[in-house]
Amino acid sequence: MKKLVMMTAALALSAGFASAQTVVRMGTEGAYPPYNFINDKGEVDGYERELGDKMCELAGLTCEWVTTDWDSIIPNLLSGNYDTIIAGMSITAERGEVVDFTQNYIPPAASSYMGMTADANIKGRISAQIGTIQADYVAESGATLLEFATLDDTVAAVKNGEADAVFADKDALMPFVTESGGEFVWAGEEVQLGGGVGMALRKTDTELRAKFDAAITTLKADGTINALITKWFGDQAVLY
Amino acid sequence: MLESCADPKSLEGLAWTLCYLTTGKQVLFYWSFLTVLTLMAVTAPIALAFGFGGALATRAQFAPLRWFGKGYTSMVRGVPDIVFFLFVPVALDQGLEYLRHKVLCPDWTEPVRQGSDFVVCAAAKLPLSSSPQSVHELYGFVLAVVAFSVVFGAFAANVLAGAMHAVPHAQLETAEAYGMSRRQVSRRILIPQMWVYALPGLSNLWMILIKATPLLFLLGVSDIVYWARELGARKSQIYEYPHPDWRLWYFLALLMFYLTMTKVSEVVLRRVTSRLTRGQATMAGEAMRKAGG
Repeated sequence: MKKLVMMTAALALSAGFASAQTVVRMGTEGAYPPYNFINDKGEVDGYERELGDKMCELAGLTCEWVTTDWDSIIPNLLSGNYDTIIAGMSITAERGEVVDFTQNYIPPAASSYMGMTADANIKGRISAQIGTIQADYVAESGATLLEFATLDDTVAAVKNGEADAVFADKDALMPFVTESGGEFVWAGEEVQLGGGVGMALRKTDTELRAKFDAAITTLKADGTINALITKWFGDQAVLY
Repeated sequence: MLESCADPKSLEGLAWTLCYLTTGKQVLFYWSFLTVLTLMAVTAPIALAFGFGGALATRAQFAPLRWFGKGYTSMVRGVPDIVFFLFVPVALDQGLEYLRHKVLCPDWTEPVRQGSDFVVCAAAKLPLSSSPQSVHELYGFVLAVVAFSVVFGAFAANVLAGAMHAVPHAQLETAEAYGMSRRQVSRRILIPQMWVYALPGLSNLWMILIKATPLLFLLGVSDIVYWARELGARKSQIYEYPHPDWRLWYFLALLMFYLTMTKVSEVVLRRVTSRLTRGQATMAGEAMRKAGG
């Protein structure tokens, strides 16, 4: 044990000191297209990847992308495994007690129910991804909440009949509706939730947060963010 | 990557399948099998060493060492594995970072714990933020090995302690009558003979270890189950290789892998058992002697 610990320490020491430039580790989920996903090359891709790289370039930072479980994405940020969360995370007051958000880089967007039929019972059994604002909303709506670790699992639950409908970001469910050939359809009304999507950082990292905030302001002003939103979310997406 | 795979959406049938199976993401899946095999190969001997130390400690004459050995085995065996898999790496990681922080940044005045944040100076980060992703992954892997070894070591300690008790006492007394010291008795009589008693228990542990490897994902290491889920999930047109939900097929592949591992282990363990049984004062050893083995 002792030897192992020493070895680990030695390994980390020898690996580290060579370069001391600031590297910002960007934490994401990698399972929420088109926000962020792992493409066929095995790299992080999506709207947030492209936006994140642009922000890092603008702020003069070297950024490295890391994926993690959605479930433990905030604890891992707090314990310092990476420096930012850029994973389609909606800005809410509850999360704001633990982490600090930048200004939003996606305007507040609709959440929707998706079922096998348009008259699916949205007060019945509703699946949602664990720890999302949609899960909180379902719990308060009086429906029975079925929580799953990933978006894919929530959709699979609808398909195999475990849930009557899934409730998630409309943009994330969009590909399922458009490509299922009528198998999945929208159900119920759209709901406006959260204060848009922002990057989350540790409360102690105020300097880094200011840098990203400034980068988002610039990219909003020069139209880059709008162009990216249209590219990844389609023409009907809400713009700034 | 093959050149003909440049435009996957235009491909069909076998060509599509071939290209699909050689994408960068698939290759990561294949490598994760090696990760799992390496984990087992590295963890097994370390856990066995932990177990051996623990078993000797529980038999030690020096009381504090004995308490430590007993405390270790009963505590780890009593707490759910998953708690340990979550606790050991986090505690180890933060403990090491805290120590490095104290040594490397003595001028730092702010507290390490600020609210829910764990903040150490940049030079104390483990691994450093600037080190490449591969170092981070290796570090996570090492933490995983330690966590697995701590847990499986405690079980192995109990198995080995039981095996030590099972060696016929008359043999140890005879050795002492021949004038051997306590240490010589342990080394020459007890330890060579206990393995045959320990083997059934240890082989159980090995089988459990094989099946426990998906816990790797809890520790941030992308293992075969993670990649099977990720690759098998329905892929929309945003991906280069869209496909419906294929998790069933990916999990079938995993099933084959685990069954093969189990079969190979059984064959190897049977050989080791018969090797260790030879000349032992057990029923199986006696049967072997009579058969002229």
